[in-house]
Amino acid sequence: MFSLSVPLGKFVRRVSRLRGGGSAFPGLVVEKIDPGFMQRALSTLPHGVAVVSGTNGKTTTTKMVVELLESQGLKVFTNRTGSNFTRGVAAALIGDVDWRGRLDADIAVLELDEAHAVHFVNRVPPRYSLLLNVLRDQLDRFGEIDKTAQLLQHIASKTTGTVVLNREDPRVARIAGTLQGPEVLYFGLDDSLLGTFPSDDELRAGPGSPVPAVPERPQADVVLRRVGADDADFEYDGVTVTTGMKLRGVYNIFNAAAALALARSICGSGAATADHGTLLKALSEVAPAFGRGESLTVDGLPLDLVLVKNPSGFRLGLKSFPSGGYATMIAINDNYADGRDMSWLWDVDFDSLRAEGVDQVSGSRAYDMALRLQYDEVPIGAVDTDIPAALADFIRKGKGKPKRVFCTYTAMLAIRRELSKITTVEVVS
Amino acid sequence: MTPESTAGTTASKGTIRVLQLYPREMNIYGDWGNALVLQQRLKWHGYTPELLEYNVGDEFPEGVDIILGGGGQDSGQLVIQDDLQSRAGLLKGMAEDGTPMLLICGLYQLFGRFFKTRSGPVIPGIGVLNVETHGTDERLIGNVKVTTAEFGEVLGYENHSGQTTLGPGVEPLGTAAKGTGNNSSDGQEGARYRNIVASYLHGSLLPKNPAIADFLIRTAVERKYGSFAPGEADDRYAVLAREHAARRPR
Repeated sequence: MFSLSVPLGKFVRRVSRLRGGGSAFPGLVVEKIDPGFMQRALSTLPHGVAVVSGTNGKTTTTKMVVELLESQGLKVFTNRTGSNFTRGVAAALIGDVDWRGRLDADIAVLELDEAHAVHFVNRVPPRYSLLLNVLRDQLDRFGEIDKTAQLLQHIASKTTGTVVLNREDPRVARIAGTLQGPEVLYFGLDDSLLGTFPSDDELRAGPGSPVPAVPERPQADVVLRRVGADDADFEYDGVTVTTGMKLRGVYNIFNAAAALALARSICGSGAATADHGTLLKALSEVAPAFGRGESLTVDGLPLDLVLVKNPSGFRLGLKSFPSGGYATMIAINDNYADGRDMSWLWDVDFDSLRAEGVDQVSGSRAYDMALRLQYDEVPIGAVDTDIPAALADFIRKGKGKPKRVFCTYTAMLAIRRELSKITTVEVVS
Repeated sequence: MTPESTAGTTASKGTIRVLQLYPREMNIYGDWGNALVLQQRLKWHGYTPELLEYNVGDEFPEGVDIILGGGGQDSGQLVIQDDLQSRAGLLKGMAEDGTPMLLICGLYQLFGRFFKTRSGPVIPGIGVLNVETHGTDERLIGNVKVTTAEFGEVLGYENHSGQTTLGPGVEPLGTAAKGTGNNSSDGQEGARYRNIVASYLHGSLLPKNPAIADFLIRTAVERKYGSFAPGEADDRYAVLAREHAARRPR
């Protein structure tokens, strides 16, 4: 079928890029003039669509699934921009389809924001879905955690083939009981690692309060057994394998188990014969997605960007990246994409920063963050709501020290923009 | 680096026991922040804080000077409901006696007479506050600025679908200058009764509204020790955080 929407969308994409505009805008235009475009382009893929959703880790996990499938020779379409709304998918499609609207790929692996995923799966039922976790995040958008769990349940219920669930997140694992159609697989953690991932309900359980008994857990397809400094053990098919890991942060490595489970399932259902050697090699080579523990070089020393967007993510970030020897900056914005409610900062313990202090605090809510640190008795170097000025000051004063910046989503975009003027920053198209 | 704001090494002027109600279930909007602020400010004022928790099935501690209650999800409210009813008489007695309390969102609602859910069932409250709440389809979300006579401008963030109306004998905390507050019709936010401050605002409430924190502390200390001698509180960041928060969009 010939339609004007594709050439028009491609044109809008080019123009909006010249203007330096947002990545999702051309998608919005195409959606408006041709609402069936996305569905048509995706319905022709031989191995269908896989949706990745959940609160934390969508971007890194999607990247891992894509690289794992590519290592098996599959041609994968994905929404790499991190624009995880429906129109972001349409925008990415516009760039990749031919002039007739056909997509040259074996499978699409899409990262989708929970609420938008619901609209998406109503139009394009996925063959696979991978549901990572439900954590306290952006409650100002979805209302309640239980509500977010319902969004994920809806995604699972629309899945035609296989649903991959986090066995260790009670709100996600519970979804299995509501499903009739799709096959259910789990990824899980060794008992010894369970304590590293407090579930949202345990966030505020004080020291000494009883640890909830672990209920009988189903068999998981892939289990993360151990996390080392630069390697990890995964168990599947009854065998434990050790592989080196470029990714850092325990939560990223747990998501590697998730990615492995999904990639194995896709290959297992006939897309490709999974070759375990190449799968593990691909896994060991996955680099962090932008801002997710990404390491840049400034003045010859590393500057790590750690994206923080909810209490559990911030806690895991502080745990995974200890402050010893590092200059530390925290940048907190409260734009829509960051979440407007600042309450979450009070659910993070900053004790681990007390000894070294925080050199620089920035972002539109810099003073909320400074106030938070004050109540945890963490010394503060300087506070400046202006991110470019604060970053320049941080780099100037921190000469000779490796640096780490904890930042919310839009603060990270601003920081990357500034850093691209002085160092090499991967361009994300 | 800025000097740390801690009380010196002088002897404590006394101990104040702060009890968090159901922190396991009712904690979703940074309610820990309120407990932390009371703990630290008590120290700054020269008193020794003792932080206690009360969860479902626990023994209720003796000699509680301040009570804190937070917000929960619908599922959390169901878990605590029966236990809360079993403590209704005790909590009502403490409230009438003048125990200072801060009640946010979910426990504000349950300290009222009832919560009529959208789907029909009525969840009984414990009737400490003469207020009633009705579940709605509309979720009230965003930054809020409240004008109050007692505490000046109060800043916070609301996120609720239950709408609360005050009955006789209960005064509003203030009127909403930005945002909605108790309900989408009368412009009132929160409730004041004896030494209870109830509100839909989190953010958390106390860090950016130290006047309310100090009201709870002063009241508790005066009830226990007769008079309150404030110490030095370093509120530089609180003042700046308030200025910036007040300018943020809804």
